[in-house]
Amino acid sequence: MGGMHGFGSVPVEPNEPLFHAPWERRVLGMVFQVVGAGWSNVDAFRHAIERLEPATYLGVGYYGRWLRALETILVEAGLLGRGELEARLAGARAGAAPSTTPRYGGFAGVLRPIDSPPRFTVGDHVVARNVHPPGHTRLPRYVRGKRGVVHRVHPACVFPDTHAHGLGEDSQHVYNVRFAALELWGPDAEPGSAVHLDLFEQYLTPGVGEP
Amino acid sequence: MSEGDTNALRAEALESLLVERGIVRPEVVDAIIRRFEQDIGPMNGARAVARVWVDPGYRARLLADPWAAIAELGVTVIPDAPLVVVENSPTAHNVVVCTLCSCYPSGLLGLPPSWYKSPPYRSRMVREPRALLAEMGLALPADVEVRVWDSSAEMRYMVLPERPAGTDAMNEEELAALVTRDAMIGVAKAGRPREAGGGG
Repeated sequence: MGGMHGFGSVPVEPNEPLFHAPWERRVLGMVFQVVGAGWSNVDAFRHAIERLEPATYLGVGYYGRWLRALETILVEAGLLGRGELEARLAGARAGAAPSTTPRYGGFAGVLRPIDSPPRFTVGDHVVARNVHPPGHTRLPRYVRGKRGVVHRVHPACVFPDTHAHGLGEDSQHVYNVRFAALELWGPDAEPGSAVHLDLFEQYLTPGVGEP
Repeated sequence: MSEGDTNALRAEALESLLVERGIVRPEVVDAIIRRFEQDIGPMNGARAVARVWVDPGYRARLLADPWAAIAELGVTVIPDAPLVVVENSPTAHNVVVCTLCSCYPSGLLGLPPSWYKSPPYRSRMVREPRALLAEMGLALPADVEVRVWDSSAEMRYMVLPERPAGTDAMNEEELAALVTRDAMIGVAKAGRPREAGGGG
């Protein structure tokens, strides 16, 4: 949601507890256990959150999103029938456990050494691709089509855009790219500021000139 | 019924169902919660920052290989993602955000505060960092550059704040008490918490 207007001031709660209700802790624990067992992976779980209907996304709170995404990945893993949780809430007994096996790697880390050298180096001018994929991506809208400079070359990592969909790791180099505020926001930019993002090689094309 | 009540009922029903099916074990859920509530938290990052302030050699190691340097401290951490430490100076201020979700150096600092995960913070910090920082209590001079780090991949960012003036006589432990969670996110300076006990 980088750059969007209309959300108002940041709600700071003094001396905030880590959780606001017991169910939030249970959801956190369940998500880590279910993902860790390989029933999903971090990218697929994030994509399940992103697929929430926008009003739901904004309306149910942080752990409310986690809970609904957990339900989604459980249904998609074949562990929970559609409508089964509603039936349970209405008093129904659980049916027989489904027979299925995990298809994901769980928390397998993200760093993956690869043979190919990085395409870009520190100081290179690059342009973030102007693409709008329908699935999961870690290329925020507000940098698409924008010009930046490579600030740092990170080790190769698992590519979330494929990994979230069970399409393999497609590991590639990741670059920290610096975008001047003026390039991102035009005349509405605050002076003297820049935004750094970590972008996968596939998100970038060579750029020319000063951004 | 409120949203919270709905969530509580759904979560309880879901857990009981998953326990019956052997997919979730309640004691494992308990252990995961305990790790985040008791074992890790902002105090670990604060110890690293205080060490930097008293030991220039440690500063170099922390910037070069953060997890290895943090391991020297003997604190409990979960080095679950590559960590990058970005250093404030008199001419540049760093602040961390995740516009896409809520990426945060949890393995070092514990779970993020709610405001960090909120739509206002996520939407505004990249577009108007000076205005938002000022609103949150940190007004920066115009000649200080603001660098916003949007955690868009798996690297996790921690800000290394400047040592506050007038702390020359303090020892490492006293210094660590000045390093708040908010200073390591970059929405405050060390030694000047936005609120009493704001490090929690």
